[in-house]
Amino acid sequence: MAEKTSNKSVFLNPLSKDNPVVVQILGICSVLAVTAKLEPAIVMGISVIAVLAFSNVIISCLRKTIPTNIRIIVQLVVVAGLVVIVSQLLKAYAYDVSKQLSVFIGLIITNCILMGRLEAFAMGNRPFASFLDGIGNGVGYAIILIIVGFFRELLGSGTLLGYQVVPQAWYDAGYCNNGLMILPPMALIVVACIIWVQRSVNKDLQEK
Amino acid sequence: MENFNLFIRSIFIDNMIFAYFLGMCSFLAVSKNVKTAFGLGMAVTFMLVITLPTNYLLQTYVLRPGALAWLGAEYAEVDLSFLSLILFIAVIASMTQLVEMVVEKYSPSLYAQLGIFLPLIAVNCAILGGSLFMQQRDFADVWTATCAGGGWGIGWLLAITAVAAIRERIAAYSNVPKPLRGVGITFIITALMGIAFMSFLGIKL
Repeated sequence: MAEKTSNKSVFLNPLSKDNPVVVQILGICSVLAVTAKLEPAIVMGISVIAVLAFSNVIISCLRKTIPTNIRIIVQLVVVAGLVVIVSQLLKAYAYDVSKQLSVFIGLIITNCILMGRLEAFAMGNRPFASFLDGIGNGVGYAIILIIVGFFRELLGSGTLLGYQVVPQAWYDAGYCNNGLMILPPMALIVVACIIWVQRSVNKDLQEK
Repeated sequence: MENFNLFIRSIFIDNMIFAYFLGMCSFLAVSKNVKTAFGLGMAVTFMLVITLPTNYLLQTYVLRPGALAWLGAEYAEVDLSFLSLILFIAVIASMTQLVEMVVEKYSPSLYAQLGIFLPLIAVNCAILGGSLFMQQRDFADVWTATCAGGGWGIGWLLAITAVAAIRERIAAYSNVPKPLRGVGITFIITALMGIAFMSFLGIKL
């Protein structure tokens, strides 16, 4: 498909019309688990963008030499190598966040977005287009993470990135944090609301 | 008794789907009808029971700091834990391949049921997640790891079967707003069931 589609649409489509999370429904696990606060959500988004872009480039460079029947294992090894680098970097420079993300950095390996994009795009396209596709999908994923993280932290703790946002006067007047927002099930509801909005705008995405 | 408690705990309190939201991708894609959902659930349980003890042995005798002491005193300092991600995923991918071949040879009927799901499992987060939780929690021995694996698997199976049953009814009888049909409503069902499962949190085992 892709040699014809322009680089611009390769980059921009995943941001809304083809969003990996709310349209392709990939990589849900980590969206739900890491978004209780905004900061880990941002770090997770950046890690996924980096791993996705570079694994797309590497696989795309190797695509003519990988035998078809062992391609899954090759892809997994490339991704696992990159994830190890990311997790060591995080442990070295952002130890607190890497503690909060715990197993979810490791789980980037099995993030379906990665396998999906490697299979669907990098195996059949040039390295540069694959790089853009990786960045585009990574950013599409990060946007959803940040939206969900924003609402959950704002409504659940009344803070953003750890700073108090809801004024003290509101608490004195009887405002309460919604403790339910911190719990993981609410992430599902927030994502469902995003899907609802997205599909009311783009009617052609609706299922019958 | 400890292990039995852990097993029950892993099914209900630490449920892979409702408490950790692992394996959601295949959970959302395959929960359209009960029969296929049950098949995938069985395959996941099976893989968790096999890979968790294997990875536990790897972790204990190869990966963790000082694990290589059985090779001789000069290896006692070696720490290979940074390799754990690559080794775990390699074990899972090759086990998937192996199980697929064995099942195909000895039980063609089971293979016909599970066949299409087996390759999907290598990238199911619940399986790798199980191994990573095992590493994080420092289980005491192989049996503990096996019990936890079985519990997580059965919990996943329960969750996907229950949600598939609800989805079947919803598709047949209810009038869901158009933009929410399919995936959207599944998210909300899962969230509500997750909240219900939280009531198990207070139970001490």
